[in-house]
Amino acid sequence: MALRTLISGKTLAAAALGGARTLAAARGVATVALPDLPYDYGALEPAISGEIMRLHHQKHHAAYVANYNKALEQLDAAVTKGDATTVVQLQSAIKFNGGGHINHSIFWKNLKPISEGGGESPHQKLGWAIDEDFGSFEALLKKMNAEGAALQGSGWVWLALDKEAKKLSVETTANQDPLVTKGVNLVPLLGIDVWEHAYYLQYKNVRPDYLSNIWKVINWKYAGEVYENAVA
Amino acid sequence: MQGCRSRRCSKVVSYYGLITPPYKLDALEPYMSKRTVELHWGKHHQNYVDGLNKQLATSMFYGYTLEELIKEGYNNGNPLPEYNNAAQVWNHHFFWESMQPESGGSPEGGVLQQIEKDFGSFTNFREEFICSALSLLGSGWVWLVLKREERKLSVVCTRNAISPLALGDIPIMNLDLWEHAYYLDYKDDRRMYVTNFIDHLVSWHTVTLRMMRGEAFVNLGEPNIPVA
Repeated sequence: MALRTLISGKTLAAAALGGARTLAAARGVATVALPDLPYDYGALEPAISGEIMRLHHQKHHAAYVANYNKALEQLDAAVTKGDATTVVQLQSAIKFNGGGHINHSIFWKNLKPISEGGGESPHQKLGWAIDEDFGSFEALLKKMNAEGAALQGSGWVWLALDKEAKKLSVETTANQDPLVTKGVNLVPLLGIDVWEHAYYLQYKNVRPDYLSNIWKVINWKYAGEVYENAVA
Repeated sequence: MQGCRSRRCSKVVSYYGLITPPYKLDALEPYMSKRTVELHWGKHHQNYVDGLNKQLATSMFYGYTLEELIKEGYNNGNPLPEYNNAAQVWNHHFFWESMQPESGGSPEGGVLQQIEKDFGSFTNFREEFICSALSLLGSGWVWLVLKREERKLSVVCTRNAISPLALGDIPIMNLDLWEHAYYLDYKDDRRMYVTNFIDHLVSWHTVTLRMMRGEAFVNLGEPNIPVA
C-alpha cells in the first residue's frame, strides 16, 4: 500500500497546479507547472531516501512553483498599472521562487536510479573535457564535494560549462540563485542541492556523506547530452 | 622575567568551550524534540566551536571576546574567515538561552509596556515576528533587537550568520531559521515552528534581563574603560 502511494503521489501535485496554469494562461501570463519526476520517489534509495524525494518534490519544489506563479501575476498587474515600486519590490520573490523552480527542474534530471544507469561515469566528449579541465574524474568529484561542503548557509554546487570559452568549472550559488547569475555564458551540466532540506532527514548534519553518496545516482548521460548540444 | 622563560613554565592558552543549555535536552518537548536539540547543540553548535578554536590557534583574533570578534570580524560586510564560526557560536548560545521549557505566552510589566509602545500591542508584535520569520528567504535568524539610536524595540531578520551586534543593535532574543533547526520536527512547515516558539518556548524572563541590560547601554552609553 505504501508503495502505491509513492508511485501515484508524484503526479498529484502536478495535476493540481495544472488547473491553476490554465486559469492564468487565459489572462496572458505564462505560468509554470511542477514537472513530474521521471522515476518513483523511492527509486534513488539508498543514496537519497524516498521520504526526502517526496517532500522535496511535493512540498519544496511545489511551493516555489506556486509562489513564482503568484509573483508573476502580481508583476503582470504592476507592470500594466505602471507601478514601478511594486515591480521592483517583487524582484526578490521572483528571483528566489523562479530560481527555485529552474534549479530543481534541472536537479530532477540530474538524478537517475542505479538500475537505469545512475552513477555511470561520463564518457566521450564530456569525459575527455573533464580530464582536460580538472585532471581526472576523481579530481572533479573531490572539488565539487569540497565546495559543496564548504558552502555556508543554503545554496547549490554546479558543474558548469562556459559555452563561449568551451571550458568546464565548478561554481556555487547562494540560496536559489540560478547558475546564470555567476556568468551569462554558464550552462548548468549538473547541480547538487546543498540546502539542508535536500539531505537532513537522512544524513542529519553530515553534508559530506550526502555529497559522497549522491554520485551513485548522478545522471552523467544527461549532463553529457547538455554538454554536446552546447559545444556543437 | 627569567623565571617565565624557563622550561618549567608552559604557555597557557585559552579557547572557547561549548556552553550547556540551561535545561535538559528533552525539556523543550513537544515543541522542540530531544533529537533536534541533541543534534543542533551537540553537532552543529559544537562544530562551530571546534572550527573557531582551530582558526584561533593561528589567528590575530586569539584572545578577543566573542563580541569583539564578531564586530571586528564582520569587517563592514566583507567578513573575515573567523567571522562565520564566531557569530554562529554566539548566535546559538544566545538562542538556547532565549528559550525556556513551558514558557512563551505573553510578557508582563516593563517588557510588555515597551512592546505595546513600539508595536502597538503584543498581538501586533507576535504577527510581525511570525511574518518576518516567514519572509526570510534561505537560511538565517529572526531577532527582537533594541535599536540604539531610535531607542526602540524592533524585529529584524539576518541572513546566514549575520549578527545584529555587527550592525550596531542590541539583541534581545532570537530564533534559528536554518532548516536544521526545525526540519526533523516540522519538515518544511516553518510557520508551525515559529508559532510554537513564540507561543510556548520564548523565555520572557531572559528577555527582561537582557532588556534591562540593553536599556542601560542605550541610556548611559557604552562604558568608557580607559586602556591601562
